[in-house]
Amino acid sequence: MTGGPGVKDATAIVGIGQTPFAKRLPEDERTLACRAVLAALDDAGIAPGEVDALASYTMEETDEVELAKAVGLGDLTFFSKVGFGGGGSCATVAHLAAAIAAGQATVGVAWRSRKRGSGPRPWTNTTAQLPTPAQWTRPFGLLRPADEIAMLARRYMHEYGATRDHLFNVALACRNRANQNPAAIMYDRPLTREMYMTSRWISEPLCLYDNCLETDGALACVIVSAERARDCRRRPVYVHSAAQGLPAQHHGMVNYWNDDPLTGPSWTAARHLWKHADFTPADVDVAQIYDAFTPLVPLSLEGYGFCGRGEGGAFTEGGALEIGGRLPVNTGGGGLSEAYVHGFNLINEGVKQLRGIATAQVPGAATCLVTAGEGVPTSALLLRS
Amino acid sequence: MLSPVTDADGAPFWRYAAQGELRVQTCADCAEPRFPPRPCCPHCQSFTSEWRRLSGRGRIWSYVVPHPPLLPDYAAQAPYNVIVVELTDAPRIRLIGNLVPEANAPLGAFPPDRIRIGARVQAVFDDAGLPRWILERP
Ligand SMILES: [Zn+2]
Repeated sequence: MTGGPGVKDATAIVGIGQTPFAKRLPEDERTLACRAVLAALDDAGIAPGEVDALASYTMEETDEVELAKAVGLGDLTFFSKVGFGGGGSCATVAHLAAAIAAGQATVGVAWRSRKRGSGPRPWTNTTAQLPTPAQWTRPFGLLRPADEIAMLARRYMHEYGATRDHLFNVALACRNRANQNPAAIMYDRPLTREMYMTSRWISEPLCLYDNCLETDGALACVIVSAERARDCRRRPVYVHSAAQGLPAQHHGMVNYWNDDPLTGPSWTAARHLWKHADFTPADVDVAQIYDAFTPLVPLSLEGYGFCGRGEGGAFTEGGALEIGGRLPVNTGGGGLSEAYVHGFNLINEGVKQLRGIATAQVPGAATCLVTAGEGVPTSALLLRS
Repeated sequence: MLSPVTDADGAPFWRYAAQGELRVQTCADCAEPRFPPRPCCPHCQSFTSEWRRLSGRGRIWSYVVPHPPLLPDYAAQAPYNVIVVELTDAPRIRLIGNLVPEANAPLGAFPPDRIRIGARVQAVFDDAGLPRWILERP
């Protein structure tokens, strides 16, 4: 193993795969999962029978048994599931990287399949509102993730002077990149400031365009040791650093019950991530920042150290998040405008950037930060070419 | 409307609320209040707690105004407000609730454009025993 102890550069992503993204796909989640996994293995040039490790989200409904049986995987010696919805995305790769670095497995596949565009939304189901932690929130009408994050966003805007224009900057950067990406749901649908400012409210201060897309689709990626990666079909994208973050006294998606709610899980993940990296936020060429809701981007920009506390809104000014800006983000369109598949499309987009094949390519991109859901226990990856 | 589904740790809060009292779980050993209620004190790891009665005064820490699509009972009252209240007697504790003109008013009865972060509020209780919040100086 090169690059010192731990996961640093010990493994690489060598294959990525995805299904089409749409509001409605005819196939079921299990079929979509199989298609994405096989596409990723084909991209890597690795046979299904060589796979011995799997990782996905606890909310993934296609389990390891079904997937392994359907696509013909080999004997599995490692399998892992990560909790907290979109907070788990990067951790699926991180778990496989750790397992492979530690010798528990040799070929890992991470995936997420989801029919959120045509399937039911959890918050429309009354019985899903009733787990006991909800006793402190749901009876008062704080019902949806959008409401929970809007509460944090309002406080953030009040405390630091962030504005709706800052949130619009986030939505616009994602939409502009989606307009360059034929696979994106919003490929042919430009966004204007007027459309944003006059759109309907979802949960004030968040409007329609502050919310991610409801999407049907699946994605997967393949991870092997750095040594093995050299023999694969594609240019390896190395997992340079990886972290999870669950801050002390954190609470679900309503972390106004911390001493300091505006320093969320990203701050915890970032400390570990940078400590084990050879580079700093200033060295990051492109970032894929989890964007289920626009305010998560300024909060994450602060958490991962791209700017100081309270400066995340102002950071978005002057086209900073656009191609050619200070930190191009979500270059496939992100959850806001490419597809919302629990953030997995951000991982694959990071790989595309470092292979140099992205639809909105950052010239010479050699380092990419990918983050998972913020406001919930999270995870992050530093990828490098 | 959704009613609180309680667990063993949270049940006393709702029992006191039904009597018109706002109480928070407080460590019986180190006196640190905690929320949401749970079996053990994160400061001193004591398993002994008591329910301390508060004045019911607080300040609005943040608020949202949800719009449909929402669960039908809530959609019928939208747009309404949901507020987070920072308690005067226990500043580290923030409770979720609704700002209303009076205890039994509908969720959407308070004009959203009059809600301000930092406004002083007072707990009241509706007929179902749910804590609500009114402006201290309407
Ligand atoms: Zn204690």
